[in-house]
Amino acid sequence: MSVEMSLEKDGIFKELSPLVEIQNLKKYYPIKKGILSKTVGHVKAVDGLNFSIYPGETISLVGESGCGKSTTGRAIVKLDPPTDGKVLFEGKDMATIQNKELRKIRTDMQIIFQDPYSSLNPRKRIGDLLAEPLIAHQLATKEEANKKVDRMLEIVGLTKFHKSRYPHEFSGGQRQRVGIARALMLNPKLIVCDEPVSALDVSIQAQVLNLLKDLQKEFNLTYLFIAHGLGAVKYISDRIAVMYLGKIVEIGKTEEIFKNPKHPYTKVLLSAYPIPNPHLRNRERIVVEGDVPSPANPPQGCRFHTRCPMVQAICKEKEPLLNATDHSVACHFPLN
Amino acid sequence: MGQNILEVDKLQTAFRTDKGEVVSVEEVTFQLQPGETIGIVGESGCGKSVTSLSIMRLLGKHGYIKKGSINLSGKELTKLTEAEMRKVRGNEISMIFQEPMTSLNPVFTIGNQMVELIRLHMGLNAKKAKSYAVEMLEKVGIPRAEVIIDEYPHALSGGMRQRVMIAMALSCKPKLLIADEPTTALDVTIQAQILELMKSLKSESETAIMMITHDLGVIAEMADKVIVMYAGQVVEEADVFTLFDEPKHPYTKGLIDSIPHLEYDSQEKLYSIPGSVPTLQQMPKGCRFHTRCPHVTEKCISDKPPHICIDNKPDHKVRCWLYEANQQEGMYKEEREVHV
Amino acid sequence: MFQYIIRRLLIAIPVLLGVTIFNFLIINLAPGNPVDMYINPDTTQADIDAKKEALGLNDPIYIQYFRWLGNLLQGDFGFSYTTYEPVLDLVLNRVGPTLLLMSTALIIAYIIAIPIGILSATKQYSWIDYLTTTFSFLGVSIPNFFLGLGSIYVFALVLNILPTGGMFTLGSNGGFMDTLFHLIMPAAILGTGIAGSTVRYVRSSMLEVLGQDYLRTARAKGLREFIVTNKHGLKNALIPIITIIGMEIPVLIGGAVVTEQIFQWPGLGQLTIQSISSRDYPTLMAINFIAALAVLFSNLLTDILYAVVDPRIKYN
Repeated sequence: MSVEMSLEKDGIFKELSPLVEIQNLKKYYPIKKGILSKTVGHVKAVDGLNFSIYPGETISLVGESGCGKSTTGRAIVKLDPPTDGKVLFEGKDMATIQNKELRKIRTDMQIIFQDPYSSLNPRKRIGDLLAEPLIAHQLATKEEANKKVDRMLEIVGLTKFHKSRYPHEFSGGQRQRVGIARALMLNPKLIVCDEPVSALDVSIQAQVLNLLKDLQKEFNLTYLFIAHGLGAVKYISDRIAVMYLGKIVEIGKTEEIFKNPKHPYTKVLLSAYPIPNPHLRNRERIVVEGDVPSPANPPQGCRFHTRCPMVQAICKEKEPLLNATDHSVACHFPLN
Repeated sequence: MGQNILEVDKLQTAFRTDKGEVVSVEEVTFQLQPGETIGIVGESGCGKSVTSLSIMRLLGKHGYIKKGSINLSGKELTKLTEAEMRKVRGNEISMIFQEPMTSLNPVFTIGNQMVELIRLHMGLNAKKAKSYAVEMLEKVGIPRAEVIIDEYPHALSGGMRQRVMIAMALSCKPKLLIADEPTTALDVTIQAQILELMKSLKSESETAIMMITHDLGVIAEMADKVIVMYAGQVVEEADVFTLFDEPKHPYTKGLIDSIPHLEYDSQEKLYSIPGSVPTLQQMPKGCRFHTRCPHVTEKCISDKPPHICIDNKPDHKVRCWLYEANQQEGMYKEEREVHV
Repeated sequence: MFQYIIRRLLIAIPVLLGVTIFNFLIINLAPGNPVDMYINPDTTQADIDAKKEALGLNDPIYIQYFRWLGNLLQGDFGFSYTTYEPVLDLVLNRVGPTLLLMSTALIIAYIIAIPIGILSATKQYSWIDYLTTTFSFLGVSIPNFFLGLGSIYVFALVLNILPTGGMFTLGSNGGFMDTLFHLIMPAAILGTGIAGSTVRYVRSSMLEVLGQDYLRTARAKGLREFIVTNKHGLKNALIPIITIIGMEIPVLIGGAVVTEQIFQWPGLGQLTIQSISSRDYPTLMAINFIAALAVLFSNLLTDILYAVVDPRIKYN
């Protein structure tokens, strides 16, 4: 993979070096069997991921349950350290840096979680919840932290009068705003958004997505957006990486992926998505059979071959690799 | 125009709580014909699930139908005794729920749970019931059905379990199938499989379907007609094409506009309905939506708009003062039709 | 599953060893020694020393322990310091009555607790629920001995319908009915104490099950509420309750000690108290060993039962 890439943003070409580089990331969970609890195999949640995240962009990881997208997000912010592979943040290997430096980097990357109901400590007031990151990293005094909390609450669409309330007094959408405010408190460079709108009502989803977009412009943020809702992904992303069973099968610019999907799985995903337009209800759909195979025992060769409508002999034997272009695909017979 | 299989008229459902009576469904009216699919769309708290539970009379200890009637092919469901209602459940009306992972009892086999239902309503003996259950599983596309029938639910994936639920629900050939967010918890490719399955099963039988969801995409795929609910009321009602082509109620329009679309080019800004659904304590006096409506007028704040036909279309109704001008014509039209 | 059992049995061995070491230490730490039982004004120091030597009490503790362990591995539990009987025979005679008492108490406890727990959960916040909670609170708080002495007074002395204690009527041949009469009070006292806490477990387990989606599905199928609760609900609720049985057994063992003493029931519990008073180390070690075996076994049994009752559990 090339280290530098041209990123077209708002019509302006930029030559940038990546903010985050993921090299051959693997996350395996052991399966233990037998009298002595021997490890007989692994659940290969993430099995060799390679991609980069460039400053200022929004890149989405898209896929269905079990594809490893959430695991990837957590591995990047080191919530669940990877089994193998490297995560480089601004060129520094996350695995080798220690303590003080690690704490500093931790302030540069934050995460927003999916469930607004369980990701906030129910025993803390909102004001304390938000001030905590600043105080924990000793980046501000209490008064300064308080001021910043006030400002952040306004920015995310709440008011400073909400400071003294507890999470259960807010709706799901409001809690997610609090989650976003918390992520912003440390002025991070990267925010991993792990399914931030999936648990919200449709009209609230739109509000939160708009907010995320505005904040990105205002604070020059980089987003790693993890989701399975294609509509939200299309609206917010610059680039998309489609994942299947722990691997990236296609990666490229959003427009490209939607207009010219190259991987059969991407095409399946796009055609499966219900379109809110009844005139298109009888459009040609590719409906694949069966369930996703278990990540403990992924198929030989191309992982998608067991469900691929275009499977050939070679697909069962040889695993295709991601080719190194702007719109990359891992397939022996890419479409278009 | 055939006979309606289901007629819900001015249904009002409430719950007894510590804080007094809470009315979840303010007023719902709709009709369903055999083989028709109605989509009930709305966000959390709008009362769509409570509507379906009212039809099944599964409101629990604290819920009750305050007003209105529910008529299933001539049978008035609100007046049935509990014993009579039990004969209807699973038999004439079936229901499938959102969470396939928890909707099946984990300590009984699939076969046990299906046979229990089949024997209860169809009176078959154990052997016949079991082979019928296998048939139903095959019909919903479950591979190796004779083996699966003796398996426990945890051996199946979410999509498979939902198929089992559908098989169970259709076993007794119900007149009405209520599907409450049946695909929300499933992956998108599995969702597509399940929706295709439901479409194919629908074309084979006369079962009417009540599809409850917040996903307008699913509505567009499945429904023949749609009712949009907000804060316990029906705010718009139309056939599916009309609803998407010419939505009239500002809430409907807002919902449709706030969905990011796949087919169009990238949008700069997504429309979002400001504010959030008012709680029951804060329910506005006039139109329930007026606090969030971009076209609010004086009348909206003070008076409750009735649910009326517009544009001379008896099937397209809206609860909104903006269409008052159409009101007179619409009512006149209705009157005339009755005398014919 | 078989491998799982083997693994558990293998782990049990070091646990047992640890228990016996710990017991041995504790017993020896208690002030006094067996020889004290024999002291009377005529005993000379030489006698005492000779006795101590004979019993091996002058050796260091670890030697004494290994001697005991070595004998144990050969099946020899030693001889009682007080009665000179082989400990194994002594103990085996007592195991029967204790098992009888414990199992009857357990059965009584569950016969009371399960229906009441279910009723209390299905009618949460009703007067039945409050009554149940009060009863369970009382059952847990009132000590066995108090309840025991009280019931002896009421039923044996005042009402004269039940015997005051023992397992047989003195001078009679015993027999089934006689034993039953003697069994009722101690088993009931022991059982109701356990029922108190078990009712809480049943209630909370049932409450959790009552909120589950699959009960909603069962109702939607048109099943009667009774079937929904007692077929679909109960089978799930029983799963954690069965695991509680494993926890109850150690409690029963402890409770039996007190109860047997109050009712003069000739079981292991009574033997324990006698042995403690007379510092009969071999007997005590044997009883503790058996108790440890019982606890380990009941834990294993619980885990196996768990796998049998819940099809989702598979041990590898």
